[in-house]
Amino acid sequence: MAYSEKVLDHFNNPRNVGTLDKSKKNVGTGLVGAPECGDVMRLQIEVDEETGIIKDAKFKTFGCGSAIASSSLATEWLKGKPIEEALEIDNMAIVEELELPPVKIHCSVLAEDAIKAAIEDYKKKNGQA
Amino acid sequence: MDTMEKKKLIYLDNNATTPCDPRVVEAMLPYFTEKFGNAASRSHEFGWVAEEAVDYAREQVAALIETDAREVIFTSGATESDNLALKGAFEMYARKGKHIITVKTEHKAVLDSCRRIEKMGGEVTYLDVDHQGMIDLEALEAAIRPDTIMVAVMWANNETGVIQPMKEIGEICARHGVLFFSDATQAVGKIPVKPKEVGVHLMAMSAHKMYGPKGVGALFVNRKAPRVKVTAQMDGGGHERGMRSGTLNVPGIVGFGQAAEIARKEMAEEAQRLSRLRDRLEQGLLKLEETYVNGNPDSRMPHVTNISFKHVEGEGLMMTFNKEIAVSSGSACTSASLEPSYVLIAMGLGDDLAHSSIRFSLGRFTTEEEVDYAIEAVSKGVNHMRELSPIWEMYKEGINLEEVEWSEH
Repeated sequence: MAYSEKVLDHFNNPRNVGTLDKSKKNVGTGLVGAPECGDVMRLQIEVDEETGIIKDAKFKTFGCGSAIASSSLATEWLKGKPIEEALEIDNMAIVEELELPPVKIHCSVLAEDAIKAAIEDYKKKNGQA
Repeated sequence: MDTMEKKKLIYLDNNATTPCDPRVVEAMLPYFTEKFGNAASRSHEFGWVAEEAVDYAREQVAALIETDAREVIFTSGATESDNLALKGAFEMYARKGKHIITVKTEHKAVLDSCRRIEKMGGEVTYLDVDHQGMIDLEALEAAIRPDTIMVAVMWANNETGVIQPMKEIGEICARHGVLFFSDATQAVGKIPVKPKEVGVHLMAMSAHKMYGPKGVGALFVNRKAPRVKVTAQMDGGGHERGMRSGTLNVPGIVGFGQAAEIARKEMAEEAQRLSRLRDRLEQGLLKLEETYVNGNPDSRMPHVTNISFKHVEGEGLMMTFNKEIAVSSGSACTSASLEPSYVLIAMGLGDDLAHSSIRFSLGRFTTEEEVDYAIEAVSKGVNHMRELSPIWEMYKEGINLEEVEWSEH
């Protein structure tokens, strides 16, 4: 199966790979997927507490090229977004942007789940959930 | 990167298919043009020439596996041979019984034929394998029933290269008077395969796994003691002793014969060279942490290694070097179910290790330089993917991954 140029670009030059300090109150972490299923995504956001804007986002992903590209793209989209707006990111937008084939749609779903999980974690830590 | 891009793509997927040996192509060429006759045309020179070529190729194939030429039935490939052996015997021996014994790690052509037989009213026992991929001989013997007609066990596994104890299985089958069928596609032409010596009565093979052309294979059918017959699965002109109708693929058969002859002469030396290269590859890659070889190291093909790189997903890993090296992954991340290799799962590998596996299969044209390059490129890819992997980070932090509550999806 051939990958789209965009998937290859994110795979070869993944954006925002790394780890944020999850002990910080303004960092939210989402860990989704399972090794048994062949993909695990960890997506983290660091939120500016005054403005509610995501000022940094990092990821690490165990998975195929599409899973890595989906999470890399997600971190790009998250940076600079208010958290309420970030919650609206839809997996189909990722599918369209990366031109994912039907068999790889689950990768985008996982990325959306990771975004939601990271925001939920942030809200929980800050008594907003 | 510049030096990398100049290199050609290195082919380490010889279990999927092999390139045709140039000597094979050369032998085939006249049979496309001036010697184009139908081997079944008895009335003129064109037909006689083609028939003679087929007879010669049949001798070449028979010589490789040390059987009589009359015991070689040409087919379109191993899938057809598997179907013919299983369904053909099921039909032919219906009066004796309806039970077949096979193994969970067989090729799909065998497993799916067995599924079909179950739909046709047959009963099939699927034997387990141990963590090294070997069947349990006692379990095999215990599974034999009065109505068992056949035991189907592959000679060597396509994913791991594991070789089953053929002689012992043959003895059990002989003791109980059941037929022994083996899919030997991955073994023929690479290691000595002598069905008569180990009591195999039916055996599937394929030309394109041994440097011959695609679209041609054979089924060995034992002729005496016992005289084995299978019911044809295609109706037509009654070619191949009535077991396989259809105009013979003369150029393909000539190529298969030539490939068999080359293999017979060069096998011993080639196996030695490949096993040395395979060991070199394996040792190079095992220098990486948390890296494991799958399959019995004491009973496997000389040119294959199947390795799990823990905490790295196989398909993603392949993407890091698929511009330089062609291999295949035990992880099929292309379906919604994300099913990893059923062969590795049957061996009791956890899903995580099965998702992390890569099969390297070397071949006649693999060089030491290519192996060294592969070690470098794969190691680089594994390190890159581990930097990206959250579970590698968790493992490094000493977190017990078994205790993490994963969100299954």
